[in-house]
Amino acid sequence: MADTAKRLSNAPAPPRGAAAPGTAKRLTSALQRVPVWLVYAVGFIPAVAYFALGVMDELGADPMKVLERELGEWALIFLIAGLCVTPLRQLLGLSLLRFRRALGLLAFWYVTLHLVTYLVLDQGLDWAAIWADIVKRPYITIGMASFVLLVPLALTSNNASIRRLGAQAWNRLHTLVYLAAAGGALHYLLVVKSWPLEPLIYAAIIATLLAWRGWRRIAKPAGARAARA
Amino acid sequence: MLIRHAPDLKPSEITPKDIYLNRRTLLAGAAAGFAGIAAPGALAAPLAAAPSPFSTDEKKTSLRDVTTYNNFYEFGTDKDDPHKNAGPLTTKPWTVKIDGLVGKPGDYGLEDILKTVTLEERIYRMRCVEGWSMVIPWVGFSLAELIKRAEPQGSAKYVAFETLVRPSEMSGQASLYKILDWPYREGLRLDEAMNPLTILAVGLYGETLPNQNGAPLRLVVPWKYGFKGIKSIVRISLTEKEPPSTWNLSQPSEYGFYANVNPAVDHPRWSQATERRIGEGGGLFVKRRPTLLFNGYAEQVASLYSGMDLKKFY
Repeated sequence: MADTAKRLSNAPAPPRGAAAPGTAKRLTSALQRVPVWLVYAVGFIPAVAYFALGVMDELGADPMKVLERELGEWALIFLIAGLCVTPLRQLLGLSLLRFRRALGLLAFWYVTLHLVTYLVLDQGLDWAAIWADIVKRPYITIGMASFVLLVPLALTSNNASIRRLGAQAWNRLHTLVYLAAAGGALHYLLVVKSWPLEPLIYAAIIATLLAWRGWRRIAKPAGARAARA
Repeated sequence: MLIRHAPDLKPSEITPKDIYLNRRTLLAGAAAGFAGIAAPGALAAPLAAAPSPFSTDEKKTSLRDVTTYNNFYEFGTDKDDPHKNAGPLTTKPWTVKIDGLVGKPGDYGLEDILKTVTLEERIYRMRCVEGWSMVIPWVGFSLAELIKRAEPQGSAKYVAFETLVRPSEMSGQASLYKILDWPYREGLRLDEAMNPLTILAVGLYGETLPNQNGAPLRLVVPWKYGFKGIKSIVRISLTEKEPPSTWNLSQPSEYGFYANVNPAVDHPRWSQATERRIGEGGGLFVKRRPTLLFNGYAEQVASLYSGMDLKKFY
């Protein structure tokens, strides 16, 4: 989310290595017609569905755990989707920028629902136990920290905030999403026994998306970086 | 549903029908579960079992929950994987190799073992290291009975157990990604193994074990975390040295050899002070209850550990 609106208007010339710029262009313009509200509407379907199934006692023997885990996984999925926007444009010339705010906010709401499930359904608002978890259990500490990091991002995910902060400061603030995503991946790895594949896959995807940005930053000539700033 | 009687059961060993039906009505709440859930592939056969004074009178976890929410990584890591994937496991015939420091080593057919032991119903609490618990009506026999039959030598101090390795029928073992080092291994100190609470289970809810619960023969040690309850046992060895155990090999700082249920000794990554009793509370609403030292069996087993630092020997 560290891309400036400015950079977008600078519309980088056909990206290097773009597979089929024509297709990407057509796809981009087709996506122009998709209203953003539809992303929210579709994005909340899993949350509603899992909650409904839980209420109907259709989530197996330990429904709260399923709900808790699914909300957490969907938060990671939306974080990953948001982090894919920039590489997709750089690699394929496909612009999903219009949807990035929705993806980021969906991630935030899923993290929030995941947290509420933990606080209310899992721990029954036993604040002593919750506080003990936060200070003693690294996976809870990391999960909670990742949530806290996302709060200012959610609060500033609006045009007024971009104007008020200025694009550069806004961008710098929103690099926090990298830290939150890494924290989310680690949080998942730490909660399971042994090394099951699913959390490893999420961690690998997030690591790749972050490494891609790191590599671009290093590989990019200094001049280009200056122009960007 | 087709119910076949196990060929090894003599008619005299089967509970008379009237008692059986009566017992069913006594199992309030569970009866509903019988109709369709007795698991795919599992040819559940009724088992006659005497009641035991060791049984708890707490509300039993439903048959459905007991047979659809399992940790049995040989069939996958999700809780419903064993229920979905354990069907193909062939459990007949079944042989248990008993070896090591015993006077009568050998391959023991399960059917022969069952002819010499007394089956009892043991309704035990089961506490998983992950923080949830159940109440399960096992049918089984005292492990001590079998060990005595093999005539342990004086030098024997520990009992080691191994699970079947059969990737052709155990999808988790066939997976390229090896979640644990097979065979699954567990162990007990000999005095723990000989404690009257320790049983080898062959059934639950009055019928033979569904595959996903560790058919046809599994260990139940109710004062220890569930992972000690090794499933589908093919080998029992008496040893002088503490045997390796799978979770301890996998993550030694997190899973000890003893693995006694203890609310005061946390898992390094999570608290063990409370537990969620599966099925209690209903739906999404979880009722946590305090976890008890030795899972509430301190009276029977605390003396086994007198003088031991339970934080060190976790």
